Amino acid sequence: IKKDHLVEYFRAQMMKDPDMASAVAAIRTLLEFLKRDKGETILGLRESLTWATDCLTGVDSSVAVSSGGELFLRFISLTSLEHQDLSRCKKVMEERGELFLEKISMSRTKVAKLCHTFIKDGAKILTHSYSRVVLRVMEKAAAEKKRFSVYVTESQPDSAGRQMAEALRKLNVPVTVVLDAAVGYVLEKVDLVIVGAEGVVESGGIINKIGTYQMALCSKAHNKPFYVVAESFKFVRLYPLNQQDVPDKFKYKADTLKTVQNLSEEHPMIDYTPPSLITLLFTDLGVLTPSAVSDELIKLYL
Amino acid sequence: MSAEPSVASSSTPATQHKKTTRGGTRHFTEGGPVKKDGIQQAKTEGKELTKEEKQRLRKEKKQQKKSKEKKDEKASQESEKEKKPVSSASPASQPPTQPITPKAPSAVPTLVPVPASETPAPADKPAKSKAEMKAERRARQEAERASKQGKKGEVGQQAAPGKPKAPPSELQPVVKRLPEHVQVDNPEVLKKLAKKLERQQIPLRSDYGYKVSLFSHLHQYSRKAPLTQQLSIPSTVIHPAIVRLGLQYSQGIVAGSNARSVALLHAFKQVIRDYTTPPNEELSRDLVNKLKPYISFLNQCRPLSASMGNAIKYIKKEISNIPSQCKEEEAKSKLLNCIDRYIDEKINLAAKAIAKSSIEKISDGDVILVYGCSSLVNHILCEAFEKNRKFRVIVVDSRPRLEGREALRRLVQRGISCTYVLISAVSYILPEVSKVFLGAHALLANGYVMSRVGTSQIALVAKAFNVPVLVCCETYKFCERVQTDSFVSNELDDPDDLIVTRKGKTQLEHWQEVPSLGLLNLVYDVTPPDFVDLVITDLGMIPCTSVPVVLRVKNVDQ
Repeated sequence: IKKDHLVEYFRAQMMKDPDMASAVAAIRTLLEFLKRDKGETILGLRESLTWATDCLTGVDSSVAVSSGGELFLRFISLTSLEHQDLSRCKKVMEERGELFLEKISMSRTKVAKLCHTFIKDGAKILTHSYSRVVLRVMEKAAAEKKRFSVYVTESQPDSAGRQMAEALRKLNVPVTVVLDAAVGYVLEKVDLVIVGAEGVVESGGIINKIGTYQMALCSKAHNKPFYVVAESFKFVRLYPLNQQDVPDKFKYKADTLKTVQNLSEEHPMIDYTPPSLITLLFTDLGVLTPSAVSDELIKLYL
Repeated sequence: MSAEPSVASSSTPATQHKKTTRGGTRHFTEGGPVKKDGIQQAKTEGKELTKEEKQRLRKEKKQQKKSKEKKDEKASQESEKEKKPVSSASPASQPPTQPITPKAPSAVPTLVPVPASETPAPADKPAKSKAEMKAERRARQEAERASKQGKKGEVGQQAAPGKPKAPPSELQPVVKRLPEHVQVDNPEVLKKLAKKLERQQIPLRSDYGYKVSLFSHLHQYSRKAPLTQQLSIPSTVIHPAIVRLGLQYSQGIVAGSNARSVALLHAFKQVIRDYTTPPNEELSRDLVNKLKPYISFLNQCRPLSASMGNAIKYIKKEISNIPSQCKEEEAKSKLLNCIDRYIDEKINLAAKAIAKSSIEKISDGDVILVYGCSSLVNHILCEAFEKNRKFRVIVVDSRPRLEGREALRRLVQRGISCTYVLISAVSYILPEVSKVFLGAHALLANGYVMSRVGTSQIALVAKAFNVPVLVCCETYKFCERVQTDSFVSNELDDPDDLIVTRKGKTQLEHWQEVPSLGLLNLVYDVTPPDFVDLVITDLGMIPCTSVPVVLRVKNVDQ
């Protein structure tokens, strides 16, 4: 199966359901790839799956795609060594792949169920940029007849915050768009901060749209709780020590990486928030403190 | 416990003799099983106890009650400890009452573990209240009742002592024993240690010099008085390889966590090679007993490190897992292979794995700060240099050990560009530094890092400058202990090391004559996990708070 087909399928999946996380689309693509693969050995299968994940990362360089792909591979190959016959093995792997997909499509609902209780009636929430998980949480809270208002940062350079504001207006939630520079100004009015994450790293910190680190620092200074909502397939085996330590392939969009020569002139799209600034993480594995993330990662990967 | 005396009695005559003349408790149990068969037979045959025997039973009960009450009163008094073996021996010293009653075996095991657990309890005596003593008494009475019921129709008396032990241990409050080496200011503990060493025929090392009061609960030895001077030659009790090792430890010839563990394992290999199982003994049990005096001896020469403790636990487990039908040669070669594999896996291969992970964290243009001489950190830096990473190193050193000079020598030999500073200049040099690499002596279960004194200082200053701190540690150094400060358990080195001669003048030469002066030479300190950003182990990169997870995973594996 050729690279172009793969990319096309991936793009089609993304187009079909804009509400779906890019990682879920990637996993669907990988499952399709698995079904169509004509490999003869298990090792060859794993290698081609890894290659496919790399291709997809070339299209959409977010952390979640690579973490989702790796987790998919781990999940399906947990039992693949039992059967002698390759076709039976493949069948088992496909079944497990479907199971995995089903599990993760439920993850957003699980997260929303856990998190909406932390939004109290009359709360003022600050959030950053456009996150579908945060949107889902707020949908659930609104459905529970809670009254709350939201401040969203504009989140330049792509003004994704305005998209978020639009979506919230449709839910009849009072929303205000603020400048990225006004985060410190507005923090004294808010009660809590909720952000999504593109990736959750081993230390318990998160990788998210640029501006998150600033917001976390300010909320620490104001003693406001900083909550992160993320699905479990975003857990990635990375351990950045500081902003510089995040690999370049995640910092910039995929197209930028391919075309631009001198990366130091490009502005990074994401930043790293260390675990000391995060109060709690809401995942489909439960409500975790940052130090528990490593525990979960060890369980998932070892 | 009741099984032990039979094994102990068949061991070397010297120790047996010692056991029978030591406190009343041992004597008690050895006499018990022999004579109680008479009454037991009577009971199982359904014969009624004669009047005399009934009277003796009653008398014995009274005696036990009295001794229990005596114990309760005196438990709060320190001097009582020596009377206790006497008080529990007093029922023993009355031969007619002691062995005959069928309740004796049950009473004996319950009395024996209780004094054993009570002797350390008064060490932390405020912890034991009247209520706890009452609970123990109740537990004991219930146990005796239970054992009496159990004996009706039970032929095997040996099983019963097993039963009463279970209820008391459940109902008794768990008495935590403090290790001996942190209770040096407690004379009872010292007496116990002296007794134990005498039994193992190891000389007791005496403390040296004035100890700073905050650390008076720790040992402080002088390097000029190694334990080996007090040993007779040839030493029949301690294997010569162990004597040599002990001397190397106490003189500081073998220093550093990994080096000490490897040397220990090699010495044990020699011991195993020279070992022959005595007749009527099992290798799996006898060898472990042989190793105990060696370990006490090494402990006296220099307190054991956490890594050595883990290695010893592993060896003991391997030895006791040798099947009894295994031939001696086979068993020995198996053990030697186990030890070799342990060294290979846990130390050599772990170092390789850690070096591989840490290379990702070293980027070109880095300025790396290291403290002291950690074999692992040196290995990592040399490997990274081989892989053509461009970085430079700042070596921080401190008195009196000046281990940084050794690290400096090794790095410069490889061609790495280094800077050398003393620890007093660390805040001056830190703005230049991009990363700090530290080695560890042990990683504690609450995430604290135990390492050479000065490490926590470096971590603190690095945190203040927002420089990432990375600790490199193999998993075999992880231990279940928990410590939050550097006072409760540490090592005091020879205070004379602090004396230095400069320009012909030795200022502190006569420090012992100044009554208000104390010299303190600490060896270790603990660093809280907030100051450490990353721990690199052979299992991967983990945050400092995940140490208990690794310990859990390891225990599951084993």
